[in-house]
Amino acid sequence: MAVPPPASRVGIWRRPYFRGVLYQGLVVAAVLALGGWLVHNTLVNLEIRGIATGFGFLAREAGFGISESLIPYAPSDSYARALTVGLLNTMAVSALGIVLATILGTVVGVARLSGNWLVARLAAIYVEALRNVPLLLHLFVWYGVLTALPGARQALHPLPGVFLSNRGLVVPGLDWSQGGLPVVASPHLVGFNFVGGLTLSPEFTALLVGLTIYTAAFIAEIVRAGILSVPRGQTEAALSLGLSRGQVLRLVVLPQALRVIIPPLTSQYLNIAKNSPLAIAIGYPDLVAVSNTAINQTGQAVEGVALVMVVFLCLSLALSMLMNWYNRRIALVTR
Amino acid sequence: MKLHENFPDRLRGRGSVIGRYWAAMTIARTFAVLAVATLLASPARAGATFDAVKAKGFVQCGVNLGLYGFSAPDDKGNWTGLDVDVCRAVAAAMFGDAGKVKFTALSAQQRLPALQAGEVDLLARNTTWTLTRDTANGLDFTTPNYFDGQGFMVSRKLGVASAKGLDGATICVLPGTTSEQNLADYFRANKMSFKPVVIEKNEELNSAFFSGRCDALSSDASQLAGIRAGQAADADAYVILPELISKEPLTPAVRQGDPQWTDLVRWSQYAMIYAEEKGVTSRTVSSALKSPDPDLQRLLGVTVGNGKALGVDERWAFNIIMQVGNYGESFERNVGKESRLKLDRGLNALYTHGGLMYAMPPR
Repeated sequence: MAVPPPASRVGIWRRPYFRGVLYQGLVVAAVLALGGWLVHNTLVNLEIRGIATGFGFLAREAGFGISESLIPYAPSDSYARALTVGLLNTMAVSALGIVLATILGTVVGVARLSGNWLVARLAAIYVEALRNVPLLLHLFVWYGVLTALPGARQALHPLPGVFLSNRGLVVPGLDWSQGGLPVVASPHLVGFNFVGGLTLSPEFTALLVGLTIYTAAFIAEIVRAGILSVPRGQTEAALSLGLSRGQVLRLVVLPQALRVIIPPLTSQYLNIAKNSPLAIAIGYPDLVAVSNTAINQTGQAVEGVALVMVVFLCLSLALSMLMNWYNRRIALVTR
Repeated sequence: MKLHENFPDRLRGRGSVIGRYWAAMTIARTFAVLAVATLLASPARAGATFDAVKAKGFVQCGVNLGLYGFSAPDDKGNWTGLDVDVCRAVAAAMFGDAGKVKFTALSAQQRLPALQAGEVDLLARNTTWTLTRDTANGLDFTTPNYFDGQGFMVSRKLGVASAKGLDGATICVLPGTTSEQNLADYFRANKMSFKPVVIEKNEELNSAFFSGRCDALSSDASQLAGIRAGQAADADAYVILPELISKEPLTPAVRQGDPQWTDLVRWSQYAMIYAEEKGVTSRTVSSALKSPDPDLQRLLGVTVGNGKALGVDERWAFNIIMQVGNYGESFERNVGKESRLKLDRGLNALYTHGGLMYAMPPR
């Protein structure tokens, strides 16, 4: 007989729901077992080799200097603080890089669609030339350019209180250390280096400029693709209704283009954050550079690398979540 | 039995393949080495390294990527240097052939993980013997092959005569070395301030210094001499300041857990020092076989026993001296009078000449 038996009579092994749960459970168990075995095996091997383990080293004195820091730091501070300094440096250069690359990329992307022949060609050359050169070379070039500036004692002095040398760009800053109202601190040369004011180091500048210019080339193409995805007829229709060019871009083209732009733009933002560790090639003390030193002084490579991985994962996931939220907000509701 | 013990030996060589793949980033390489250690390494047992080296027929030696005088390939691609000679001496003792060495060039940061993970059998890479490395890092040090100290090199134009005059200076330094910490300690102790510029690759770091990004370059004094001789456009334009701010006993290292291997490396070094003490050189060692001196007879294997105790051929020390030379010859050839570095023996003279080189008696 071809009539299927009633559902209750089917063996539990043949029910799709049960089998689905069973297989997924088995996969999860296998993954957990593999992970557990890896951790166990690592610990056993480190133990046999007499290599110390654990995160206790984070509380110990770091004992090394860091050239630039957003929070007060001295060699007598702990490894945890040194790593925090590195993390903040990574976040600073990534955040600034994202903002600047977005601005530059949008300008270049729009320029490439310009009716002006020269502007469009220049933008095309920018994109093709820069995105096809490895980022590391960008960094070496910029760092080479910046360190080829005159020495601190022969610094260029274009404006009062502004010095440009191979020690970086030094500008007047606010000094809060006196208590009460801040005073304007004007930089001046004492011995080897400038004292007072704010310094933009060659390492930071080279990294920021390299990341920005490289990533902007990719963003320009994403912006161009986004704008081209809006049918030309809509622009013409809007223009014929009497809207200005700016209004057309703002009210008609961009809202639709952003749908296309945001997802790949998110990837570029993540790339900026993940490319920032190339800093170690030119001496910017980012998280990876600081943890490298920590790893070498303590010899606890497994812990150090694990920390860096977790931190970068968290950074990337946070950035992703933010961009996904924005993407949902601007998504067109279609019926 | 643990799973990883079932993996054949040849699979462990994968570390270097993975390493090359990710060579652009040290951290990735470090991780790869560790991953290999995590997945495949077999537990250490007594004699494990010694037996493994003997079975594969060569010594895998970790050396500097390129430090003139200590380890650098010459114009024919042969590795030469004071550290390289330690590797060759061990090969001569083990196999009777100083050529049975393969070199792995390691950065300051890769060197310890590479040794820990078993990528190299012996690390002769101007590495400072410190308590942490000797204990928590799972290494054993043999005996120093160069007594060094950290110093500073500055441009002569700067007009600085003493390290005490470096307050506020920007200083270039390699990461992953004891130098970074010594530097911070020295400036803290003298209530001075400095800004470090920490760049991972030697060439990038040196070019940052020579371009004037840093006022001073800080490293072991012997390295500074090597960098000045090898890379400065005009060596006379740079001075090495007189102060040495730290003790840097540069010492070959091996993994903990194989005393037989540690002994062989250590006594290979002692044999070279002892030969210098006894005035035996690569040229005179053949005639020294006929010497009536009982100490020499024991060293050169005329009186048997030492070789058996070490687990190698009785002519082990003879082969070292014949093929590599005594310590003094190695020193003068690589970093001393006959080299471009022109370093004085200083602390590295024999103890009989006011230095620290002292070989334990080979009997």
